[in-house]
Amino acid sequence: MTGTPLYSKESRTVGYVSGPLIFVQNVKGVSYGEVVRIVTPNGDERTGQVLDISKDMAVVQVYEGTSGIDTLKTRVRFTGEPPRIRVSVDMLGRIFDGVGKIRDKGPEIMEEANLDIHGMPINPSARDTPADFIQTGMSTIDGLNTLVRGQKLPIFSGAGLPANKLAAQIARQARVLGEEEKFAVVFVAMGITYKEASFFMKDFERTGALERVVFFMNLADDPTIERIATPRVALTTAEFLAYTHDLHVLVILTDMINYCEALREISTAREEVPGRRGYPGYMYTDLASIYERAGRVKGSKGSITQIPILTMPDDDITHPVPDLTGYITEGQIVLSRDLFRRGADPPVDALPCLSRLMNLGIGPGKTREDHRNVADQLYASYAYGRDLRRLVAIVGEEALTELDKKYLKFADDFERQFITQGDENRTISQTLDIGWHLFATLPEDELKRIKRDYIQKYHPTHRKE
Amino acid sequence: MISGVVSRISGPVVLSERLRGSQMYDVVKVGEQELNGEIIRLDGDQAVIQVYEDTTGLKVGEKVVNTGLPLSVELGPGLLSSIYDGIQRPLPLLAEKSGNFITRGISLPGLSRERSWEFLPRARKGDQVTGGDVIGTVTEYHIEHRVMVPPLVSGTIREIFEGKFKVDDTIARLEDGTEISLMQTWPVRKGRPYTRKMDPDTLLATGQRVFDTLFPVTKGGTAMIPGGFGTGKTVAEQTLAKWSDTQIVVYIGCGERGNEMTDVLTEFPELLDPRTNLPLIQRTILIANTSNMPVAAREASIYTGITLAEYYRDMGYDVALMADSTSRWGEALREVSGRLEEMPGEEGYPAYLATRLAAFYERAGRVVCLGSGERLGSITVVGAVSPPGGDFSEPITQNTLRITGTFWALDTSLAYRRHFPSVNWIKSYSLYLEQVREWYEKTGFADWKDLRAQTMYLLQKEVELQEIVQLVGPDALPESEKAILEVTRMIREDFLQQSAYHEVDSFCPLDKQYWMLKVIIAFYERVNQAMGRGVPLTKILKIPVKAEIGRMKELTDVEQIKGLVSHINDELRGLEGE
Repeated sequence: MTGTPLYSKESRTVGYVSGPLIFVQNVKGVSYGEVVRIVTPNGDERTGQVLDISKDMAVVQVYEGTSGIDTLKTRVRFTGEPPRIRVSVDMLGRIFDGVGKIRDKGPEIMEEANLDIHGMPINPSARDTPADFIQTGMSTIDGLNTLVRGQKLPIFSGAGLPANKLAAQIARQARVLGEEEKFAVVFVAMGITYKEASFFMKDFERTGALERVVFFMNLADDPTIERIATPRVALTTAEFLAYTHDLHVLVILTDMINYCEALREISTAREEVPGRRGYPGYMYTDLASIYERAGRVKGSKGSITQIPILTMPDDDITHPVPDLTGYITEGQIVLSRDLFRRGADPPVDALPCLSRLMNLGIGPGKTREDHRNVADQLYASYAYGRDLRRLVAIVGEEALTELDKKYLKFADDFERQFITQGDENRTISQTLDIGWHLFATLPEDELKRIKRDYIQKYHPTHRKE
Repeated sequence: MISGVVSRISGPVVLSERLRGSQMYDVVKVGEQELNGEIIRLDGDQAVIQVYEDTTGLKVGEKVVNTGLPLSVELGPGLLSSIYDGIQRPLPLLAEKSGNFITRGISLPGLSRERSWEFLPRARKGDQVTGGDVIGTVTEYHIEHRVMVPPLVSGTIREIFEGKFKVDDTIARLEDGTEISLMQTWPVRKGRPYTRKMDPDTLLATGQRVFDTLFPVTKGGTAMIPGGFGTGKTVAEQTLAKWSDTQIVVYIGCGERGNEMTDVLTEFPELLDPRTNLPLIQRTILIANTSNMPVAAREASIYTGITLAEYYRDMGYDVALMADSTSRWGEALREVSGRLEEMPGEEGYPAYLATRLAAFYERAGRVVCLGSGERLGSITVVGAVSPPGGDFSEPITQNTLRITGTFWALDTSLAYRRHFPSVNWIKSYSLYLEQVREWYEKTGFADWKDLRAQTMYLLQKEVELQEIVQLVGPDALPESEKAILEVTRMIREDFLQQSAYHEVDSFCPLDKQYWMLKVIIAFYERVNQAMGRGVPLTKILKIPVKAEIGRMKELTDVEQIKGLVSHINDELRGLEGE
């Protein structure tokens, strides 16, 4: 990122500064999206990117913020290059800031490639179908909302809920059955506190995974606008590791809500027509350009699996950020305050959770033949039990039929035995067997979602014989 | 050729000067990389261009060349089983040229210029032909691809050839020298002409119980599927694409996930059409503009798709078009409109949103095709809508509601309990009931209307009873009403729920649907009679036939389902005898 280019365009014609944007006048030959270097009167160097150009004016967003920039002495140099990052497999185990500069005290990185951080969309016909079951060891995920390689599965959390613990546990336990393959984790922090970041770092250190992790840190006190670049820088690195070095990369992005706030800040400064809750109308497209970088491509062994974490403001799943995320990602894991208070660990609310790629990763040869049926039946029975809870709150338990009482107990047991697991790492068979153990409390006729053959084979009462 | 220079760049919108003489919707090549774009506004010698590719790196002062042609697609043999981007570039070829990631400035023809087709002429030298006349055929998989005279051409055939031809070879020449090839082009924003529209009168059988039996759509009708995320819009669209009773399916993935398109691409070649027993991909055309592909091409993808559908309709085929999701198309309009600094309407959408939506859905319909000989063709459009926050009061849902005939409302709370398809039976409706009733009666299901009415009555009654239960508990209900709750549970679980992945249940033929419902309603009527004779409900609910009804879905033999009616009679008679 240093060195003097042979040719550059420099000007001192900043005409107008607004929020994170500067408007530079009388510039020629500027290209859309190129990187801009800004030197403030006191010698600070900043980086920016061109957002809009007309004949004699360019609008530049400044990543590190505009404080200290004036309209008289500030120098602006247009580099003619899109934002790039130098990538290398040596980045594993290192810590970078939000725009990809080294943040730890380690040596310079020997660059293997210098890549445009925006990447290019994967050609849909060149995508390979994600089909490898990832065993995370978490029953609610493996059993009910299976994660597969190349999927993007966000965790929707609420303020104060243990999303980080869940994400760290997934990163720690995740493996593909029957394989010992090379993996890497790219950890992307956007606007989270030092405490949260160090929780992850310690956890990776404890399990000895630190060597396999690339950190990109934009913490809460780092410049907000830098967050626009952070996920792109990180995903460019992840793509390089996955498609050039054939690694299976797990990308954890936290917290997407902070990213979207940065997006909103820029949109407001540009005086764009706001969409819902002031977020820009193009937020869907913008988020898609991040999430859609998960996947597998034909002819490459590597893969990118994304687990974005986002905190739903006021636990509202219809808020634009979780809402648009849910429309792009392949399912979601939702944490619930209610279950958290009841002591469930992890407090995953099974009902709104979903994994769209589940069917690709389960079944005979991958997990177990009864997997789909068990998952459907657990959902149906648990949902019914939850409905009854509401009823009981009004009319009391005595008013229920015998069968309904069984369902009520089923819902309680499900939360205590299936969802709650603490630090336990369960295999997929263990998970499914807990499910069967719970089914044993219901009459067999009620198990309509399960094939008769499987009932004969797996139901505890038949197994004993 | 008119050429100008770029004077402003803002994302996908580029302003160009010195383009006087250009027409609206002309295709232009922007900059040194020759990015594809389209003129969407003219002001003196300035033109506003929406660019179908990423504009990063483009500079003010680069040249803009007007091709003088509107955005068009190539129509001819070779469309089936193709996968295109929003402006009809074949994606597999794009991958061959530029690798796994889409790079910019590549132009590729929609139809292969290398492949040859066996052309069998039908018209002869000296025949008078006009636009739409079939002059010969080509076999495209199992489909008889009818080669038509382009809509605006007419004259007398001077010569016509037989044999193997490439799509751009001349296969016939008219007296005035006009050459006709296997291929024709058509501008996507203009509907292809037809002789006249007809009222739709045939059910579009989809093999899905909740659609066919409760909320049917006709061939040539329009339907919308709105629903929050995770309610199963895409699964519903894909299911319809798989099992719809049409010869051709056009599937538009508009601003949706890349992995979903991959899923279709891997699954469709393996699945067989239950009516022809041939791979589904052979009747399918895919248009993919995934959410990370350029926004402006998303706007075009819908039009590209429907123009391809119209081409097969003109041959006299029934076509089903699935658009997933029209909300992303609306958002693309909004984004471009925002960059144009137009006055925003509701929620930032442009004021012309309703007009554009209506114009698109009106291209559906059942028509008498252009040309001599009475050919009937139809396009059924099923549009998915993704309302923000699952709130149906937003502009795209509301504007679509006004113009579509069938409304399949997907419900988040049903999806949470894995009731799929999560169609809410209280909110959904179909405006085609009357036409479909006549069709059902002609087809031999004389009492379909009564059966449906009875079912809807019970489901409505259930909502009322549930409200009472929520207040006072189930014990307060009289026996007869408890029976209704039992039966509606049966309707919901054993009839309406249908697994899209079950090997038998994913496709349910009409006679099976009919008998399944018939059995459930017979059960209700017999239970009422038995209770009238003093048999307590608790006893009735223990009869073994209940479990058999629960397994009806898995049966393939309709006779077995019919047999359940007598099982119900026997078992209840047994109870009455006690």
